[in-house]
Amino acid sequence: MSARAISRTGLTLAVIAAVCTALVAGTYRLTSERITENTRLLLERSLAPALGATVYDGALIDSVLVLQPPHGLPGSGPATVYRVFADGRPAAALFVATAMDGYSGPIRIVVGVDPAGIVTGLRILEHRETPGLGDRIESARSDWVYQFDGRSLGNPEPGRWAIRGDGGDFDQLTGASITPRAVTRAVRDVLIYFAANRDEVFARPATEQSQ
Amino acid sequence: MSSNGIIGQLQNGLWRDNPGLVQLLGLCPLLAVTTTLVNGLGLGIATLLVLTCSNALVAATRRWIIAEVRIPIYVLIIASLVTCIELIFKAWFPTLDRSLGIFIPLIVTNCAIVARAEVFASRNPVWPSIVDGIGMGAGFAALLIALGAFRELVGQASILSRLDMLTGGEPFAGLSFADGGLLLALLPPGAFFSLALAVAAKNVLDLRRRRLQGGLDRQGLRTPR
Repeated sequence: MSARAISRTGLTLAVIAAVCTALVAGTYRLTSERITENTRLLLERSLAPALGATVYDGALIDSVLVLQPPHGLPGSGPATVYRVFADGRPAAALFVATAMDGYSGPIRIVVGVDPAGIVTGLRILEHRETPGLGDRIESARSDWVYQFDGRSLGNPEPGRWAIRGDGGDFDQLTGASITPRAVTRAVRDVLIYFAANRDEVFARPATEQSQ
Repeated sequence: MSSNGIIGQLQNGLWRDNPGLVQLLGLCPLLAVTTTLVNGLGLGIATLLVLTCSNALVAATRRWIIAEVRIPIYVLIIASLVTCIELIFKAWFPTLDRSLGIFIPLIVTNCAIVARAEVFASRNPVWPSIVDGIGMGAGFAALLIALGAFRELVGQASILSRLDMLTGGEPFAGLSFADGGLLLALLPPGAFFSLALAVAAKNVLDLRRRRLQGGLDRQGLRTPR
């Protein structure tokens, strides 16, 4: 290859790269606003059901607390807490936690707890459980998650915070006990954490969010 | 290449030379996302768009593309287009984008696309290349939709679940025919079984047609005349 051919090749590549970059940059400019908005909406829509009928002021994601490990909540990475207030008083806290011992990997859940320590709702955010068996923890596939609504550390008593197969009060799923066991334990651990750190959870300043 | 006009080209992509059924290209996304009809349709549309645009771009620039560096150029063009499609999906079909996840960016690695750029678009004018892209893309999408529908029907005994991901609105659980289905169809082996059934079905149909046209014995071999 002569020097001329090489520079011609390089120039062609550069021009095509520039055109392609312009194409991507243009598309980004057209879509970025909608994408940011969608991400926020998706986050709110996935978290909101765990608040149940809780009434609160402002947006769900106004007061976010990111806890770096070790934080004492289930899960090994940072844990996120969304706090909502009504008239300046705590209305509920949403804990995004991870049950590490799912059947096929971690299960990300969101648990809503009101200031009295009562569960306002539980939803599954992310999991890789077996389709048709473990995936019935999803609210779209079965009513399993709803049995946690209104529960607290005293209801049932701490010793019975387990699935029936382990001598507890919570239903399991036909053909899958590892998945519900992991989720039940994670919810219990969130409640234990909340009971011990309640005032701090609501009092700490919101973590700065970087985009 | 047996192409006689637009119809012939489309027939090529949809049936005779179907990228999934005959060329067996791009099987990774094909097998991974076809758990429901809507998922298959979503990835099918994305692939169709990328394939058509990349064919058009490659054909339009084929005069300046230098043989030694043509593959990097194809990759550049395809990767940019896939990024654009991904952004567009994220902006207008966010739930579908979440459901398809990594398989939208992975369209870059779908060898059906680079194969069409190399085999067809780099040697033909823009217009036939666009038709080829539409034909091949539609063939791939049709297979994705068929596999998605089949696996959803057998695995969940429902159809069109999560149609809301395309149309917007409230989550739609789909039309359910029974409570639960044959789980195997949703698991990875079910994907291979379904594809095998589809390939076999195509071969049976082709064989029957050739036999009807005469000149073939029961095994599909050409009989001497």
